[in-house]
Amino acid sequence: MRGLKIIVLAKQVPDTRNVGKDAMKADGTVNRAALPAIFNPEDLNALEQALWIKDNIPGTTITLLTMGPGRAADIIREGMFRGADDGVLLSDRAFAGSDTLATSYALSQAIRRIGEFDIIIAGRQAIDGDTAQVGPQVAEKLKIPQLTYVEEIKSVDESRIVVKRRLERGVEQAACNLPLVLTVNGTAAECRARNARLLMKYKHARTVSEMQSANEDYLHLYNDRPYLNITEWSVNDIESDPSQLGLNGSPTKVKKIDNVVLQAKESRMISSSDEDIEELMVELISSHAIG
Amino acid sequence: MNNLFVYCEIEDGAVAEVSLELLTKGRKLADSLKCKLEAVVLGSNLQGIEKQLFPYGVDVLHVADDPRLYPYQTLPHTSVVVKLFEAEKPQIALMGATSIGRDLGPRVSSALHSGLTADCTSLEIGDHEDKKAGVTYKDLLYQIRPAFGGNIIATIINPDCRPQMATVREGVMKKEILDENYKGEVKYLDVNQFVSPEEFVVEIIERHIEQSKVNLKGAPIIVAGGYGVGSRENFSLLYELAEVLGGEVGASRAAVDAGYAGHERQIGQTGITVRPKLYIACGISGQIQHRAGMEESAQIIAINTDPEAPINAIADYVITGDVAEVIPKMIRYYRKNTK
Ligand SMILES: Cc1cc2nc3c(=O)[nH]c(=O)nc-3n(C[C@H](O)[C@H](O)[C@H](O)COP(=O)(O)OP(=O)(O)OC[C@H]3O[C@@H](n4cnc5c(N)ncnc54)[C@H](O)[C@@H]3O)c2cc1C
Repeated sequence: MRGLKIIVLAKQVPDTRNVGKDAMKADGTVNRAALPAIFNPEDLNALEQALWIKDNIPGTTITLLTMGPGRAADIIREGMFRGADDGVLLSDRAFAGSDTLATSYALSQAIRRIGEFDIIIAGRQAIDGDTAQVGPQVAEKLKIPQLTYVEEIKSVDESRIVVKRRLERGVEQAACNLPLVLTVNGTAAECRARNARLLMKYKHARTVSEMQSANEDYLHLYNDRPYLNITEWSVNDIESDPSQLGLNGSPTKVKKIDNVVLQAKESRMISSSDEDIEELMVELISSHAIG
Repeated sequence: MNNLFVYCEIEDGAVAEVSLELLTKGRKLADSLKCKLEAVVLGSNLQGIEKQLFPYGVDVLHVADDPRLYPYQTLPHTSVVVKLFEAEKPQIALMGATSIGRDLGPRVSSALHSGLTADCTSLEIGDHEDKKAGVTYKDLLYQIRPAFGGNIIATIINPDCRPQMATVREGVMKKEILDENYKGEVKYLDVNQFVSPEEFVVEIIERHIEQSKVNLKGAPIIVAGGYGVGSRENFSLLYELAEVLGGEVGASRAAVDAGYAGHERQIGQTGITVRPKLYIACGISGQIQHRAGMEESAQIIAINTDPEAPINAIADYVITGDVAEVIPKMIRYYRKNTK
């Protein structure tokens, strides 16, 4: 059996799970800069599925594709430390302000440039939006089928895949021919840890922009070891219709953002003392709120 | 033409709750737009399905009835909906934010190049003035949802592309029959005109639908835990309290992410919306996405070590203290006083 060509779609996201008090501004909004940028959790589940296929089908290669600012190269490196073969960073001001549709357009045009593939694997959704839209929108742009909410790959070969899908109410086992898009659920296997050998191999991997600010001493490395070059594409490197990119290419617009002012209710203050809690329980019982 | 469409889901011959909720909302929006409410149903053995739908005020029902259209499959359903929308040019299309709606909605929006807003918590009709371009748009769909970044709500619009698409979770809108005797028109689609055989590429080998073991929507009392509960072990205190009070256990997304509770228990904008008689929020800060799913509870008790936690502002009873200390006391004094 020949090896498969897999593209993993991944996003760098603000860590919405750790919005501690120090990340909150006085007006109740979040200081995004104070949040760590992380590999979107379900995209790591997606990467694990790709690595599982690579373990089982020798010769399989994994390319990680991400769209974002320059620092998003971090997640490409992170993917390489865990077993991805290479990555592409799609980065340009022209993509700024993209909604999910403009994002999926840019990603699908980058995929066309990457060329042949058998499977595209994405996380189900990103934690900064929870929309779950980009995977299916990419599949539609590429006119290929999709299997969403994948929890496990049951079998795969060069022409067909069988997966277990996790639905809201139950599970489904489904099969489909390649090529296709999979989106992977958080209930799927966790991504393996970094591999020490790969960490050594790729720790100096850089995009062109990053190399420009790299230490002179390292520059020769990038000539000697081509695998340390992370591909970086601007809008000029993909074929695109400008009217479908960025803010202009986004049908959805933010009309306004409102600060929610909480109308403080008249609340009863209760301490954790035995007397207070007993009094509360008695009151709730007599008002039939409980019991 | 230019009406409001609702894609209705079918499970075992019955229209899904979320679809009926959207029809109820859709009817009101259609009234303010003075347009018709149209529904689309795809499935198998659908004769008589209109009886379930017309009472919600559906004016036109499009039925695609074909054994191959049940259970749901992405490509054939996308094809039917896209081609129908191309012909009918709806101004608005609504879908449930379910396993099906979240699989289908993005494909349809991608094919039609129309904007899609996920997990709206409110839908309204309103105007928009684009001052730069000097254009005023009349009667747009305001797609309202909490935004990431704090205590903020975003209003999203699609000024130029049609249909304006939105998904809404089950339980967010209220289901209400308009008129038991409401009569609309049924239009049967010639399925072969819409779908080609190559689109049935997915083979569903096995399907196992289980009724969820967790019934949060119907629970009169919910004991919900957040990240502040601290561990899976501490969560067992919440199960104990829920059991004693005859309630169900819910969780915040942070608690689900931390592995303290299963995803099916998540309450909030991208989880379940609940309106119990009593909601006990344990170690939950009360971020807007969480509040979106519980703030209509009849009574709220907040248990939090932080006297300034935002949840306190919407609580009827604010207990300042540690979950691990307060909950055992609640159990003890409930038992003592109900013997
Ligand atoms: C797109 C998107 C969608 C989202 N959807 C949802 C959703 O559907 N549902 C949801 O819940 N969230 C959702 N969120 C996440 C939401 O923004 C918050 O991050 C989350 O609700 C916080 O959960 P929490 O209150 O449990 O955790 P935290 O905010 O960390 O709060 C923990 C609280 O516990 C208190 N505490 C700590 N220790 C104790 C103790 N021993 N005893 C008592 N109290 C203690 C702390 O004072 C604090 O108030 C979403 C976010 C995004 C970006």
